[in-house]
Amino acid sequence: MEKTIDKTGVRIGMWIFLYSEIILFGGLFVLYAVYFHAFPDDFASGGKELNRIFGTANTLVLLFSSFTVAASITAIQRSKKIQSMTLLVISILCGLIFLINKYFEWGAKFEHGLYPNSEHLLEADPGFIIFFGLYYTITGLHGLHVIIGMTLLAISLVLVMRNRVSAERYAMLENSGLYWHLVDLIWIFVFPLFYLVL
Amino acid sequence: MNEHEQEHTLSYRFLGMILLGLVLLTAVTVAVSYRHWGFLNVPIALFVASSKATLVLLFFMHIKYEGMVIKVSFISTVVVLAIMISFTFWDVAFR
Repeated sequence: MEKTIDKTGVRIGMWIFLYSEIILFGGLFVLYAVYFHAFPDDFASGGKELNRIFGTANTLVLLFSSFTVAASITAIQRSKKIQSMTLLVISILCGLIFLINKYFEWGAKFEHGLYPNSEHLLEADPGFIIFFGLYYTITGLHGLHVIIGMTLLAISLVLVMRNRVSAERYAMLENSGLYWHLVDLIWIFVFPLFYLVL
Repeated sequence: MNEHEQEHTLSYRFLGMILLGLVLLTAVTVAVSYRHWGFLNVPIALFVASSKATLVLLFFMHIKYEGMVIKVSFISTVVVLAIMISFTFWDVAFR
């Protein structure tokens, strides 16, 4: 007897997990909003410390990688294995570029003495301290999600290579893609909140 | 189960157009951030971000082509989030 796969069920399971992620980041955004309401001027001066060019570049990198992941699913649906693999490799590289950018960005902040519990930061206004506390918490948690997403995409890439993911059965790739899009989705809100609120 | 609903293939061209839309919206939100319209900057930034999120959700994440279960449960999550945000502000504003 052939085993039947409930493709919709597999996606519903993934979506339920994504809802929990949305609420997790939603909670942090509420925290941001409440403190922004309390310290609008400190948040504006905190935002000025962040590099808009870096932020914009990272936004474009993530948007492009979301496109390549969506396209790799189209490729696998059309049984274009090599195309799908190429697109996945590009997506993983985009994730890597994002993290490298983030490394330099955090590094620059550290050099300016802006890191949790630094002497420079402890002397600043409370709102300014909270802004950077939230900045490191939210971008750090998001960065962790980028790493997890890259791992999932890498696993999918191997499965595509071994023909375990194919036009008949690509739930693993599809769900990894959903996770990657969620990472992009969160960044879409992180970017204006931290880099553009001046 | 409806087979058409499950296997919806989007063309590269279509996905590329969505990407173009997302990049244009990013350009808009960055351009707006260089202007100082005071109070209006935040709502504009959030409106553009929500538009981008909608594009990603509908097309990259295929919500437009999903069945009722995923559509309704997703909207419920957004409603829960809205309740969380509005009740928090209800508290903060009248404290």
